Amino acid sequence: MISSIQTDNNVVFDKATKIFLGVLAALTFLVIICNTMFEAGSALYIPTYTVTLLGKYLTFALLAVAVDLIWGYLGILSLGHGAFFALGGYAMGMYLMRQIGDRGVYGDPVLPDFMVFLNWSELPWFWHGFDQFWFAALMVVVAPGVLAFVFGWLAFRSRVTGVYLSIITQALTFALMLAFYRNEMGFGGNNGLTDFKDILGFDLQSDVTRLTLFGLSALALACGYIACRFIVTSKLGRLAMAIRDAESRTRFIGYKVENFKLWIWTFSAALAGIAGALYVPQVGIINPNEFSPLNSIELVVWVALGGRATLYGAVVGAIFVNYAKTYFTGVLPEVWLFALGGLFVVTTIFLPKGVAGLMARKEAAA
Amino acid sequence: MSDMFTGYIDAVRHKDRVFDFIQPMDNPKLNVDKGCILYLEDVSVSFDGFKAINDLNLYINEGELRCIIGPNGAGKTTMMDIITGKTRPDTGSVYFGQNINLLNMDEPEIAESGIGRKFQKPTVFEELSVFENLELAMAGNKSVVGTLLAKLSGEQLDLIDETLTLIGLKDESIKRAGSLSHGQKQWLEIGMLIMQKPRLLLVDEPVAGMTHQEMDRTAELLISLEGKHSVVVVEHDMDFVRSIARTVTVLHQGSVLAEGSMDEVQNNPKVKEVYLGE
Repeated sequence: MISSIQTDNNVVFDKATKIFLGVLAALTFLVIICNTMFEAGSALYIPTYTVTLLGKYLTFALLAVAVDLIWGYLGILSLGHGAFFALGGYAMGMYLMRQIGDRGVYGDPVLPDFMVFLNWSELPWFWHGFDQFWFAALMVVVAPGVLAFVFGWLAFRSRVTGVYLSIITQALTFALMLAFYRNEMGFGGNNGLTDFKDILGFDLQSDVTRLTLFGLSALALACGYIACRFIVTSKLGRLAMAIRDAESRTRFIGYKVENFKLWIWTFSAALAGIAGALYVPQVGIINPNEFSPLNSIELVVWVALGGRATLYGAVVGAIFVNYAKTYFTGVLPEVWLFALGGLFVVTTIFLPKGVAGLMARKEAAA
Repeated sequence: MSDMFTGYIDAVRHKDRVFDFIQPMDNPKLNVDKGCILYLEDVSVSFDGFKAINDLNLYINEGELRCIIGPNGAGKTTMMDIITGKTRPDTGSVYFGQNINLLNMDEPEIAESGIGRKFQKPTVFEELSVFENLELAMAGNKSVVGTLLAKLSGEQLDLIDETLTLIGLKDESIKRAGSLSHGQKQWLEIGMLIMQKPRLLLVDEPVAGMTHQEMDRTAELLISLEGKHSVVVVEHDMDFVRSIARTVTVLHQGSVLAEGSMDEVQNNPKVKEVYLGE
């Protein structure tokens, strides 16, 4: 029977996805309950500080899912995805800056503090509209999306692939970092944007807002994950894998490879932007350091460690590495980079398919 | 006044031609009135001074099964590259039917216009199943949104099923293509070609590395395509060529040395000299 061929590969909610979504939902509710139902001092109490930290991990996980979509499934190794994350973050940061209003140090009702400090008399044109949440929310997706579209259009049409493309993406994020460091750019220079007060009228320091942001991050991760599952289980997803494995063959079948790459790439960038927008209100700052090439490389390590082309592997990798980072930078800060490098080497040699590959192997053995 | 008027009428009639520098894509329907599906005329291409193709003239008839032979470096693969848009010739013209100029098109456009190609080295999508390989190759909507929302219709399932039977891989349909044997991969590739519903199939060394039984199977498969499709086979294996060929073209140093039936070609003194080594 030919229709029985429709295996798990073609189902959006396969076993792994159901388990992943179930675990994510359960842990999210557990964290919310432990934070609200128990008093400080109880063994089960999770302080708001930890909730925010977990929220940050979740935004990283969403970013990792975006990278896995283009690296694991489409074969584009982006070493500059941090740039899209940061652009989404800046869009949100600009909204939060405008929300400060006259509560800044200089008390200017319109201009953010850093502009007053630079003796600027009026708001630059690109800051207009960011006092509206809907506009900022749109920009969270549009800014990284447009950059990715233009970049991808040029790169994919010229058939730049492999390591060359990776180097250009790295250059892209580096160039943006240098640009955003400049005060004249109007994004706060090396201090970036910070001192946020509230979002949509809710105090950013309050426990409820922080808990809500954490919940929203979990929701965004779930939605992003499902969207990516939808793509990879469609014919488009199978085509992406075909492009990854034999690009020129795909052309000879009659597919315009550059168009397919362009749209998946742009979608991934927009997803990274959303992750960045959720990250900024939780950590309370966005500065040009987020564009640092090192961030983008680290992010590739998360995905490699978790396991490519599984989506859930990217989530596991992102959370695991970031937990390790938090732990090591707290206990033995000088060891962290060695530990990260070591992890990467061990994964590459012993776990070419990452942690997810290890799970799959266990399942196959059982 | 009347000039302006006709100008306006013209502009309305040619809504698709607002600017001279943006012309609609030239992709008319294939015209094979003259019974000839592929024309290569005075084609030359050189790589760093080496003339890979030298003033090549080649005509393929509609529905024909043609074999092309020639020693290594005769330009067989380069010729296929030119037809499929991978390589641009320095001079000459390449037409698909009377009216489609292949030199103005890129690989996907050429593939969509009805030319399918099987490569020397079997390239199937290893991580995908046999079924999925055929699904991707299937003729149809090949846009981004079209593929995102694609659902297989009953008709399409039947077509895939038929092709699976034809290439003898029905029992392997859910296997990973990467796990197939060499011969099976070659068949899968031919199956992928058939799914594209091409008018012209270019098949590069289909039996390289095959056992004798597999070769016989492949010969049957290619002969069964004759008539419905025009097929051009490039092959080294003389026994195989003898078993399928009606007309054989011998390439040498980038141009046609001889053309005719297998016997004619084999008895041609020039061919004996350069190719059969006698």
